[in-house]
Amino acid sequence: MAACVDQELLLGGLVDSELDAANVAMVEAHVARCEACREELERLQAVRNLLRSDGVRHSTPETLNRRIAAVPELAAPRASNDNRLVRWLGPGIVGALAASLAMVAFLPPGANSIVDQEIVSSHVRSLQPGHLTDVQTTNQHIVKPWFNGKIDFSPPVPELADAGFPLAGGRLDSLDGKTVAAIVYHRRLHTVNLYVWPAKDGVERSFVKDGFAVSEWSRNGLRYAAVSDIPAAEVRQFETLFVKRSG
Amino acid sequence: MKVIAPSLFTQKRAAGDAQVRQFHALILPHLDGAYNLARFLTRDATLSEDAVQDAMLRAFRAFGQFRGGSARAWLFAIVRNCCRTAQASAAGRLALVIHESSLGERGSVELSEHADPGPTPEDDVMRQADIGMIRAAIEAIPEPFREAIVLRELEDLSYAELAEVTGVPIGTVMSRLARGRAMLAKQLLPQAKAADEQSRSVK
Repeated sequence: MAACVDQELLLGGLVDSELDAANVAMVEAHVARCEACREELERLQAVRNLLRSDGVRHSTPETLNRRIAAVPELAAPRASNDNRLVRWLGPGIVGALAASLAMVAFLPPGANSIVDQEIVSSHVRSLQPGHLTDVQTTNQHIVKPWFNGKIDFSPPVPELADAGFPLAGGRLDSLDGKTVAAIVYHRRLHTVNLYVWPAKDGVERSFVKDGFAVSEWSRNGLRYAAVSDIPAAEVRQFETLFVKRSG
Repeated sequence: MKVIAPSLFTQKRAAGDAQVRQFHALILPHLDGAYNLARFLTRDATLSEDAVQDAMLRAFRAFGQFRGGSARAWLFAIVRNCCRTAQASAAGRLALVIHESSLGERGSVELSEHADPGPTPEDDVMRQADIGMIRAAIEAIPEPFREAIVLRELEDLSYAELAEVTGVPIGTVMSRLARGRAMLAKQLLPQAKAADEQSRSVK
């Protein structure tokens, strides 16, 4: 039995969570009535489950990792690569670089810029496999108590799924040497990390760094920083919602 | 300024190399995805390594032009182009080899089969067979559909990112995914198809 022709793309959109609320309601209503489309939906889900089985995705072979690391430009900028970099740059440039950088050392770094960079780096790190959440659940009543005893403040964990930001879980992280709570929400297939830590009230600000949108705000003695690769407007929308729902 | 302590130098150099650090933070974490994409696009282990290395280097050089948005989509678009280039030059080489050594049919059959060799523990054999079957099914579908499926199902890109990587409108992305999934369902869910046909013939 074939699915209804006019529903085919919508069924895919439903499986991919790419439909807006109105279309989701429409397709779900149709699927409830139409057996063929219900079966088609099950098939789509079955294919997806097979494709997403562990091991289907190819992982980078060690040979390629080594090849990438052997390219001077691509080698990780860490101390262990000093020799290679020094050879690569040549002694003359090294001297010039060191001299110019020595001046930078006397400029006091902006406190903000360090934390800004850390927020973005921490977000990127959290997206590595297995790093995102320590407690993985869509239930706010599990996330909130999980933080108890691990940190000496209690961040609000409102439910935002109906507004398109389902809760994914939480973890402990550190920013600028302080332990912070990280509450993780999803936005479609993207991740929003919300960092929370106790701090004096600061200004509300939004900025984009390295392509990541960040919104920061303060409330009741806690500082919040939301970061994601979704559009900046959606991060601000997240902020508004979060503030409203956390009362 | 004559003597520079190595530790000081290391520290300050790192501080000055913001763009390299950004590249490492934003682009290199997607190396796995880049390789997976290349592997399914070229269907060749060696070609995909070449293509990904080339893509990473190009991405590094063009990184100043990256204007935010999805770093992954930006990188994958480059990977995709590099796969095309690598395949085109390999096709030239391949044609030459086949011509000169008269490998004929047997050679081209061997060249089109890319079963992963290597020993596997016995209890893993079944699982490996399943995975091999799924990979083979993906590799068997035509490129535009294969590409959409890999980006969506294995790399978890959004429709918008998929449209960005492949340079087609979202509507096209959706129809390619639908067709790709239909082809895969036919390959991978024979029991469902058989049951379906059976129920129809009974009725």
